[in-house]
Amino acid sequence: MSKGEIVILDCWVSPFCLRVKIALKEKGLEYEEREEKELLGKKSDLLLKSNPIHQKVPVLLHNGKPICESTVIVNYINDNWPSPPFLPSSPYEIAQARFWADYIDKKVHDAGGNIWKSKGEAQERAIKDFIEIVKQLEEGLGERDFFGGDTFGLNDISLISLTSWFHAYEKFGNFKVEDHCPKFSAWIKRCSERPSVSQVIPDPEKVYEFVLMLKKMFGLE
Amino acid sequence: MAEESKVTLYGYSPCPFGKRVEMALKLKGVPYEYVEEDLTNNSQMLLSLNPVHKKVPVLVHNGKPIAQSLVILEYIDETWKNGPQLLPKDPYKRAQVRFWASFVQQQLFESMLKEFKTKGETQEEASKELFEKLKLLEEGLKSFYFDSDRSIDTEHVGLLDLVFVSVFGSYHKVQEEVLSVKTIDPEKSPLIHSWLTALLDLPVVKETLPPVEKMVAHIKFFRQRFYLPQLNDP
Repeated sequence: MSKGEIVILDCWVSPFCLRVKIALKEKGLEYEEREEKELLGKKSDLLLKSNPIHQKVPVLLHNGKPICESTVIVNYINDNWPSPPFLPSSPYEIAQARFWADYIDKKVHDAGGNIWKSKGEAQERAIKDFIEIVKQLEEGLGERDFFGGDTFGLNDISLISLTSWFHAYEKFGNFKVEDHCPKFSAWIKRCSERPSVSQVIPDPEKVYEFVLMLKKMFGLE
Repeated sequence: MAEESKVTLYGYSPCPFGKRVEMALKLKGVPYEYVEEDLTNNSQMLLSLNPVHKKVPVLVHNGKPIAQSLVILEYIDETWKNGPQLLPKDPYKRAQVRFWASFVQQQLFESMLKEFKTKGETQEEASKELFEKLKLLEEGLKSFYFDSDRSIDTEHVGLLDLVFVSVFGSYHKVQEEVLSVKTIDPEKSPLIHSWLTALLDLPVVKETLPPVEKMVAHIKFFRQRFYLPQLNDP
């Protein structure tokens, strides 16, 4: 399958955009990044035209055709360029992978958000909920190296991207994921060693500063 | 049939997510056993089959459970090759179907549920929200779904059709009766209205969706018993 032109409408700090970049790199694909400064209110015409429904990044433009929603995009990348595969081969294992993809999408980022958006008792509760979710994921991982089994797959991509904000949660909440979920932390380290991840993951301190700016912007200091 | 290849679907009859799975199984000609789970009283079976969410539907095939209706639909499509293909082969078209299925499931259904769970001003806001989202769906589907050579018949039913008809099929009529709100207006949403009408005419849909009176009774019960008491009185 020829590569064609691949463009990502991107935001450096978005873990959802990160998923797409890691996926493209894993497949050995070259792409152009176009940074959207949407948080400052300046949405580009291209973004508004490509994603009129949600007006959000990431958007993948493949030969000019837009695909939106990070999980849909990563699945598209996998369907279009099958090698190396992001999903296992049996329908049952694929279903299990999709189940966890749905769980990851629904739970992790919001739970993390509750930590930096709150303080005092509410924050303690938010941290507790967050740890429960990570523990659940740790259980799902089991003894495997990756969520994809022996190979780095769909859920490894989705989840490692979300962990780019963990340092910020830990700093705001004064806790460490490693103290509660050592196997999960080991998995984070394992994934971070991959060039597809290390080349694109943002500096955790910069993410922290960004979230600090968000707190100020929303009057949550 | 060997015990191992047996298919069992655990569902709850008012729940649209189980209905879409039933329709898919019927379209693919897969024999299955249906087990009704009373959601007001979580059974041990359900807790063991779906420990993460403790919800229906759950499909058990070859003794192994699969949860989350959209995941189950894709599993059914990948496992049984008879009947219509629920997802297109072309990666771009697949991405479109997945995007819109997620939109119907998360955005539209959530707004609809909000309408049932609230009253007064909050409910009016939820209705407005739902209407805006329906407009987006109507626009979005124009370009990729409703082309002239697409027919809605038993051979060509897809995942998005099943997701949509399971959410809107019974519920929109129920909304009209319980809330006196007309959600799918043929003048405001002509494409969606004709799409829904065509889908509701399919034998597999007619025989699977619960009758409107049953849904009305169920929603009224839930509103009285659970949703409204949770609201603060204005």
